[in-house]
Amino acid sequence: MLLERAPAYMRGGNTRHTRDIRLAHDDPNAAATGVYAEEELLDDLLRVTGGETNRPLAELTIRDSKTLAAWMSEQGVRWQKPLKGTLHLSRTNGFFLGGGKNLVNTYYDTAERLGVRVVYDASVIGLERRGRTVESVVYESAGTPARVRCGAVVVAAGGFEADVDWLKEYWGDAASQFLIRGTPYNTGLALKAMYEAGAKRIGDPRGLHCVAVDARAPKFDGGIVTRIDAIPFGIAVNAEAVRFYDEGEDLWPKRYAIWGKLIAELPGQAAYVIFDQQAVGGFIPSVYRPVRAESIEELALLLDLEPAALVRTVSAFNAAVQPGGTFQPGSLDDCRTEGLTIPKSHWVRRIDTPPYYGYPLRPGVTFTYLGVEVDAHARVIDCDGQGFDNVFAAGECMAGNILSRGYLAGFGLTIGTVFGRIAGVSAAAHVRA
Amino acid sequence: MFELDLTAEADRQFAVCNACRYCEGFCAVFGAVELRSAIGDGDVAYLANLCHDCRMCFDACMFTPPHEFAVNIPALMAQARVQTYERYSWPPSLARMFRVPGLGVASITLTGIVIVALLIAFGVGVTALGTAQLGAGAFYRVVPYLAMVVPALVLGVFGVFVLAYGARRYAHDIRSGDGDDFVSWRSVRTAVREAITLVYLQGGGEGCYDVKRDSPWRRFFHMLVFWGVLADFGATLSAAAAQELLGQLPPYPLWSVPVVLGTLGGVAIVLGAAGLIALKGRSDAKPTSARMIAMDYAFLAMLETVALTGLALLAFRSTAAMGSLLAIHLGSLAGLFITAPYGKFVHFVYRSIALVKNASERQTE
Repeated sequence: MLLERAPAYMRGGNTRHTRDIRLAHDDPNAAATGVYAEEELLDDLLRVTGGETNRPLAELTIRDSKTLAAWMSEQGVRWQKPLKGTLHLSRTNGFFLGGGKNLVNTYYDTAERLGVRVVYDASVIGLERRGRTVESVVYESAGTPARVRCGAVVVAAGGFEADVDWLKEYWGDAASQFLIRGTPYNTGLALKAMYEAGAKRIGDPRGLHCVAVDARAPKFDGGIVTRIDAIPFGIAVNAEAVRFYDEGEDLWPKRYAIWGKLIAELPGQAAYVIFDQQAVGGFIPSVYRPVRAESIEELALLLDLEPAALVRTVSAFNAAVQPGGTFQPGSLDDCRTEGLTIPKSHWVRRIDTPPYYGYPLRPGVTFTYLGVEVDAHARVIDCDGQGFDNVFAAGECMAGNILSRGYLAGFGLTIGTVFGRIAGVSAAAHVRA
Repeated sequence: MFELDLTAEADRQFAVCNACRYCEGFCAVFGAVELRSAIGDGDVAYLANLCHDCRMCFDACMFTPPHEFAVNIPALMAQARVQTYERYSWPPSLARMFRVPGLGVASITLTGIVIVALLIAFGVGVTALGTAQLGAGAFYRVVPYLAMVVPALVLGVFGVFVLAYGARRYAHDIRSGDGDDFVSWRSVRTAVREAITLVYLQGGGEGCYDVKRDSPWRRFFHMLVFWGVLADFGATLSAAAAQELLGQLPPYPLWSVPVVLGTLGGVAIVLGAAGLIALKGRSDAKPTSARMIAMDYAFLAMLETVALTGLALLAFRSTAAMGSLLAIHLGSLAGLFITAPYGKFVHFVYRSIALVKNASERQTE
């Protein structure tokens, strides 16, 4: 039996919004090109987490990731060439045809074929524990409370980013300005239920992954289409129309994820990216058209910024642009500023060719890192350090064991898939034993 | 111009697609969208017909209603296709008559049957409708040769003219700018291959979303209808050759080229159209438009009628029912010929041109 928090059309949590999965492989396969050795993937993980990872679980995940391409194909998943604009991932990541919702649909087809009963709109309220065993799950479906006795439980219920009040406990009122990029149903109910049953917490509760998204995006579920990729092609300013960080620090895939956090720490959690006609067509567009004006003053007014301040910032930036560089968006080029307190290290061009454009930005939360501790059998660990007999966890609610912070494209789904399989095997073994 | 701000709505929805791109692997539409920063009227005409209606993108989209982005590309494309068919056919007044396609097709077909029957009754004699006719030239004793051939040729030539006229204007409208001459041997060759294999009814590999996802059946039944129609066309040509070159008058023996081809074609159409009708009835109706469904049913029913009456005529050609069956079959054929340029039949014209444009676009990219 599968208790799905969402209605059918939104089933599958944030897997709905994924599109690729990171896979180690010694030979090219249907999913990915070239070679991506276990050691290299581990290095990538250690780099983004600063070494903070449960090493045995990380190694297990990476080793198991080698078997996922074939296993996923068996479930009916089909692979495609990397999407345009993401070519740098063709070696490390497999792209599944149609993206995450198609993936979820395929898995649900498998589940239905196997005779799994799915209850939609089912909120887990509690886990009833006796000794080291959870004997039943209490849930509510269509307003009616229900209880189901269980041989084993697998919790694969995501993080808590959609519960803004919970976010406020760590972020204060700033959290009200956050936009949640994924499902509104990731409110952490099952995570809470596990904590109440005695599961051990893991991860920084304030830890969240966020990117810069369009301020006009919906509060929930804007997904991939609201993210703004334009920042390296222009300048980013805060609500005072002042620059606050080096827009050209590193290659965009690597730096993409820092902007959400930067904006989350700004007053009002608001920023703006400003660029001109030269930048148009250089980046993947977002769903909203940029605000457009014939002058910087007019653009400032349209974006609700102080015109004089924005003119001052753009003029100072333009004056600092070093002549003679060759603009190369795909590499760390030699176009940079000189003499600014906050430099822009690469991809610098004068902002002087009308029309001028701007996007209003907000932090867009992708996922949270807080979770429960698990062992190599995906078994949830108790506060006294021992494992539950029959409670297992997979996905975002335990990914913090491995990805404690930082971001590695497609690796969340790797952890989810590897531990989803392990949790299923462990649960089945427990019930049969 | 498209109705109901369809162009503005397409521009809005494709802005979501262009920012997402997850559906890139399903078909050529999304790659074409990525080449366009804004969607104009000609783009809608192009994309709507480049879309083969596999609907996999609807099944895979995170942003379909009730999501506030309300993306439903197959429904949008279906609405635009219906309008393409009307907009590019001629004369417009006749095209508008088919806004309720089932009624239009049924009334014209019934009228066709009645007229043929009346002509037989008054021209040849009412007994011709109920008397067995045997031997060479049997059919022509019920409907004289010229009475059969001249109307068919007139209607056929008119239909081809309407299609060619529409094709020409459509090809003009979907150009990307004045100098865009997208018809070349290379682009046509690619387009013919893609059209014959119906590659875009495979949703990137396995099939369509109809009753379930990755279903191969739409493509399979469509193949049956397509090759069935071609076989019947071949049967007609071979019969004409037998008569004009070899001097043999119909009916032809069971194991002759025209009868074998015609029978195979007829059976394929009957099965294929029945399959498509059955799938249509059970499919998710959200990713399409009511007018498109009505058009589909009307055309499939028309094909089914022509094929079944043709097979019935073959089965009972030696009996007293032959005259009546011939009247019904020829009347149905007249209905098909008259209605074809204003209904679903024309889809292959616009799809083929869109495929040529797409091949050219990819080759120059």
